Amino acid sequence: MSEAALKPQDSMVEMRGVNKWYGDFHVLRDIDLDVKRGERIVICGPSGSGKSTMIRCINHLEEHQQGEIVVGGVPLTQDVKRIEQVRRSVGMVFQHFNLFPHLSVLENCCIAPMWVQKKSRREAEAQAMQYLERVRIAEQAKKYPGQLSGGQQQRVAIARSLCMHPDVMLFDEPTSALDPEMIKEVLDVMVELAEEGMTMLCVTHEMGFAKTVADRVIFMDQGQIIEENAPEPFFNDPQSERTQLFLSQILGH
Amino acid sequence: MIHNKTMIDQRPAPKSTIGPMAWLRGNLFNGPVNTLFTLVGLYVLYLLVVPTVQWAIIDANWVGTTREDCTREGACWVFVKARFTQFIYGLYPRSELWRANIVFVGFFALIAWLAIPRLPLKRWVAVFALVVFPVIAYVLLHGGHFGLPRVPTHRWGGLMLTLLLASVGMIGALPIGIVLALGRRSSMPIVKSFSVVFIEFWRGVPLITVLFMASVMLPLFLPSDLSVDRLIRALIGITLFQSAYMAEVIRGGLQAIPRGQDEAAAALGMTYWKRMGLIVMPQALKMMIPGIVNTFISLFKDTTLVMIIGLFDLLGIVQAALSDSRWLGFSLEGYVFAAFVFWIFCFSMSRYSQYLERRLNTGHKR
Repeated sequence: MSEAALKPQDSMVEMRGVNKWYGDFHVLRDIDLDVKRGERIVICGPSGSGKSTMIRCINHLEEHQQGEIVVGGVPLTQDVKRIEQVRRSVGMVFQHFNLFPHLSVLENCCIAPMWVQKKSRREAEAQAMQYLERVRIAEQAKKYPGQLSGGQQQRVAIARSLCMHPDVMLFDEPTSALDPEMIKEVLDVMVELAEEGMTMLCVTHEMGFAKTVADRVIFMDQGQIIEENAPEPFFNDPQSERTQLFLSQILGH
Repeated sequence: MIHNKTMIDQRPAPKSTIGPMAWLRGNLFNGPVNTLFTLVGLYVLYLLVVPTVQWAIIDANWVGTTREDCTREGACWVFVKARFTQFIYGLYPRSELWRANIVFVGFFALIAWLAIPRLPLKRWVAVFALVVFPVIAYVLLHGGHFGLPRVPTHRWGGLMLTLLLASVGMIGALPIGIVLALGRRSSMPIVKSFSVVFIEFWRGVPLITVLFMASVMLPLFLPSDLSVDRLIRALIGITLFQSAYMAEVIRGGLQAIPRGQDEAAAALGMTYWKRMGLIVMPQALKMMIPGIVNTFISLFKDTTLVMIIGLFDLLGIVQAALSDSRWLGFSLEGYVFAAFVFWIFCFSMSRYSQYLERRLNTGHKR
């Protein structure tokens, strides 16, 4: 798991033949996905297509029933210790931010480094301030999440994840719950993160973001990966009919 | 600009909207129906308050030592005065009262220290209060060591016993309740069904039954050479009974915390206990303060039921004193006194919980 052990061409996330059911409902069908270190993947698709479920399987917030998921060389099984090991190296940003409302912004960023990585308070706070600086919200460190706007909260959530020094970042529709004027400030932070070489999997409908930073765009429908391509051919020359329909719907207006 | 303008005629000052008169007009005499209710209300209040004050204070007998000193028409507080020591300490030997006093002082000092936010070292004081103090209190009250004469638990009583039962019940019921609530939400079938059965069993039986079982039935099942103190049995019964209620209050609070909180904590690599202890419980407990205090208050009052298994708590000892032939006929004074003491404690808990709620409320929706 140590960074030195992983060469640039190593797979950070591998999914092979992953299937998942909610009761009778088949949410994920034979998912195969290989994400290299430093790669930036954008996942799109209609609602209910299983894209959130797929990335939530990567840090085992959802359990898959069939197939294999390997994250940073660690295969995900039922073993709780392993799951926690994987989660420590995978950051996640949620649609509804999920900041801890009883803790200040600074404490939100310190709690995991202190209790999971056993850092001292001083070290954790210094590091938290550094990341809050990077997402341009350091001046709000003493405030509580409820006092911030949606865009500010989401930037804090990104900083909170970064404080754990993740190898991979998962974004689950990070801008869908935001007012339009706040989307840009969050996307800017994400673009910077991508430029620094962070491995990213991002579920989003922000096609501008996909065009700018993605190495690959994945289109999902009904639990399957329908199409997977570099942004330019993906947007200009989509192969499948369903992709064409989807793109015409979200880009058409 | 300023020239060619005429002054506006002076107008009368607006009706005052502040001050007591305005408040009266706005709230008590705002229209005929409101005025009628106000007058009826005042009359009822007059009918209730005047005789009560007359009886309890103005016409009351305050000085003296025997019932012959109660010559005036009102309450005979001489009775309560004469029996006061007993009401507070039960049948605790008079020569050993200093031991109980030390425990009382320690008890209230620790509570005050923990309750007042400005005082420092909360964590150490809490550890002391929960670990060291109970041992000190037991050694002092029970004796039998360090040259202190032994005072068997059947001589403990009065307010001392009430506070002992209530505080042990509260301190025991909260952690057991938390564990049961988490157990009931667990995905492990054995843990879950154990919690459900435990909670539903204790919630399904009346506390009186529990106390009867503890004092009458339990010794039948235990080997005859093993005798568990009656007070201990009552304490265990009360604690388990209240922990079932506490568990349901806490479960309600846990359900109000959105799943995303637990997921966010999990995504940061926290273990189950860290997620619960650092993220979910602190938020849930804050929301549960009214429910928890409600349970505490009802527990405090329920301790009076130990009377039926022969323990003399505050109410029990008051009742015993009422049957004293020298003081027959003063039951009203006795009960009013007991009610007043209970009310002071319950009302303080209620006020403190409201204060705590306001203090902990960061006022921010998630």
